Amino acid sequence: MKRIITVTVLNQSGVLNRVTGLLMKRQFNIESITVGHTEQPQISKMTFVVNVEDEQKLEQLLKQLQKQVDVLKVNDISEKSIVVRELALVKVVSPPAVRAEINSIVEPFRAATIDTGKNVVTFQVTGNSEKIDAFIDLLKPYGIKELTRTGVTAFVRETQKVHSTQLSILQ
Amino acid sequence: MKLTVEEAEQMYEEPETAEAPKQLDGADVLIETLKKHQVEVVFGYPGGAVLPIYDALHKNPIKHILARHEQGAIHAAEGYARVSGKVGVVIATSGPGATNVVTGIADAMMDSIPLVVFTGQVATTVIGTDAFQEADIIGITQPITKHNYQVKDVVDLPRIINEAFHIASTGRPGPVVVDIPKNMATGMFVVKEDATSEVNLPGYQPTTTPNFLQIQKAAQAITIAKQPLILAGAGVLFAKASEQLAAFAEKYQIPVTNTLLGLGSIEGNHPLFLGMAGMHGTYTANMAIQTCDLLINVGARFDDRLTGNLAHFAPNAKVIHIDIDPAEIGKNVHTEIPIVADAKEALTALLEQNTPNGNTAAWLESLHVNQAQYPLFYEASEERGLLPQQVMELVHEYTNGDAVVTTDVGQHQMWAAQYYKFNQPHNWVTSGGLGTMGFGFPAAIGAQLAKPEAKVVSIVGDAGFQMTLQELSLLQEMRIPVKVIILNNQALGMVRQWQERFHGERYSQSLMPIQPDFVKLAAAYDIKGYKIETYEDAKKQLKEALASDEPVLIDCRVVQKESVFPMVAPGKGLHEMIGVKPE
Ligand SMILES: Cc1ncc(C[n+]2csc(CCOP(=O)(O)OP(=O)(O)O)c2C)c(N)n1
Ligand SMILES: [Mg+2]
Repeated sequence: MKRIITVTVLNQSGVLNRVTGLLMKRQFNIESITVGHTEQPQISKMTFVVNVEDEQKLEQLLKQLQKQVDVLKVNDISEKSIVVRELALVKVVSPPAVRAEINSIVEPFRAATIDTGKNVVTFQVTGNSEKIDAFIDLLKPYGIKELTRTGVTAFVRETQKVHSTQLSILQ
Repeated sequence: MKLTVEEAEQMYEEPETAEAPKQLDGADVLIETLKKHQVEVVFGYPGGAVLPIYDALHKNPIKHILARHEQGAIHAAEGYARVSGKVGVVIATSGPGATNVVTGIADAMMDSIPLVVFTGQVATTVIGTDAFQEADIIGITQPITKHNYQVKDVVDLPRIINEAFHIASTGRPGPVVVDIPKNMATGMFVVKEDATSEVNLPGYQPTTTPNFLQIQKAAQAITIAKQPLILAGAGVLFAKASEQLAAFAEKYQIPVTNTLLGLGSIEGNHPLFLGMAGMHGTYTANMAIQTCDLLINVGARFDDRLTGNLAHFAPNAKVIHIDIDPAEIGKNVHTEIPIVADAKEALTALLEQNTPNGNTAAWLESLHVNQAQYPLFYEASEERGLLPQQVMELVHEYTNGDAVVTTDVGQHQMWAAQYYKFNQPHNWVTSGGLGTMGFGFPAAIGAQLAKPEAKVVSIVGDAGFQMTLQELSLLQEMRIPVKVIILNNQALGMVRQWQERFHGERYSQSLMPIQPDFVKLAAAYDIKGYKIETYEDAKKQLKEALASDEPVLIDCRVVQKESVFPMVAPGKGLHEMIGVKPE
């Protein structure tokens, strides 16, 4: 099962290495990972998308992360109501003849054109991973020349559904 | 923020003070901080990158044990830590010095031994340039340390050392590496008199007090259980909770079994003790696990050598697991009642519950029947020659169960675990999780330094002893009275046993008919040596050797084709033991 896990860490050198090394050592598959500073200068937040076999493995993952000295907080936010965002840059073959057609396709995705050449155009799109997958699928037939995705970052919403299940770290 | 040494100096100089402030370099501060932590002995080996540290040590001595190989130093530190309950301290130089302690670090990580390992490093100005004797020891040891640090600014040194000792010795203990670039050891800074050794680690807050609700649940489960069993691991020893364990077992009349590393946490002759469980555990202990209705794990991690095939493990049991490391609970075995706590606090809380006893009389009776019917056994005869089990029984007899026993890894380790019955806790030193050959002998040196008055016996195999025997120099030099007992089967016995059983008796690279003359070898180090070939010899010579106040080496020539039984074959459940009775 796919889980979104946020890890709040002290900004020590090597902390990213520690966390990814731990996941590697324990045979967890990372699908994507994003890292960045938070509002506090000494603290960074990582967002992982991982694939785990079952609840037991998930609990083990959360506990092992929590055990790291530089890790302040671990949250599995998969079941919460969250805002999930990923950004993709997509360079697509776009000769003048089909450009209008392509533009009409990307329009509902609110993608921005950030670079144009004679026969190519580069779009920037943000949203959850499914939206980006759909965007890419639609552009594929025209020929994608280059593609890069940032991986997911996420935020827990202010208002939560009443019954959100979450595994506790201790017990 | 990264400061150069000069910037750091400037930042911390306080020119307005009238008195000249105390100026020390990083190496001096290191030694001062070790003294603050009451470090009595360090184990190490010098080299280029740690010259400033050795210079500071020369000016301001702490007892330093100069092992003859860094692996010897770190295993000695592990032995010291196990027996003393204090942090073992190691110093190694950069590059090869640091990589030579990697095995010991991994060993300490697996067995939760508190160590602080200082490694030298090339100067920060050249890190990353493949400088002479540069190795990325932080990268190398990251997965095998509880935590590690590289000092990047000399002003951080005291804080890092304080944190290292705190992390190594609290919660679930473990090894911490502190990598010190050479210019950090020589970097000067002004010591603040009000420096505190308190640490502030918001991400590291081990839970030691048990959750009250879980304790109540556990107490209820104990009251209604008909066939409860305690599995006591090394967590009991780290928590110094042997007394509480015995009181708890006696109050509720619950039998106790041990993991390999938990031996000694309950007296070997205690009427409720069933012997060790696991791959070479007793039939009674393993069958008790398979038939119990409540399994109370105190400070053990359900390692695979203990559980056998997990699919068959303790099929009828409700599981209570007391562990200071929450990540161990539920990792291998599903747990109904998890208790994250220090073993002593949890056992004390359980005792205070004072709930009524369940009736375990019938259960205990059935276990006694098993004990009588399936004791440990071996088949001795004059023709067969000296058996390793006989040697272990004699060692037990001549030391009255009061010795500190260290072992290496292999058959001899299992026989030592099966036949030596400890009267007290903290006298058993063995490499469990990593199974490190070469551990036993240097560990004995550290153990003897921790308990100078104790009889320290190191039970080693002929092969494993040869991995770290250079430390005989330490016995010679310091007259450390360790008794080295080689159970010499002229083989990698444990490998040979598996080849006999599981590989059609094809003894691939496991027989070692050509060996050094161990008695002469001892003589070369000015150590008295004995060679023992018969049971009669053994009785006489072992008694004499073990009574000596000097270091002694005893080469016991034992039967080669002897296997450790009973045994749970790999992949099998604990109830599928082989070799439980004479054929
Ligand atoms: C460093 C290391 N290498 C290899 C092994 C695998 N191994 C486990 S037991 C053993 C044989 C040990 O022989 P010996 O020291 O003579 O002890 P015995 O089993 O004969 O009592 C070996 C090779 C190990 N545990 N550690
Ligand atoms: Mg051998």
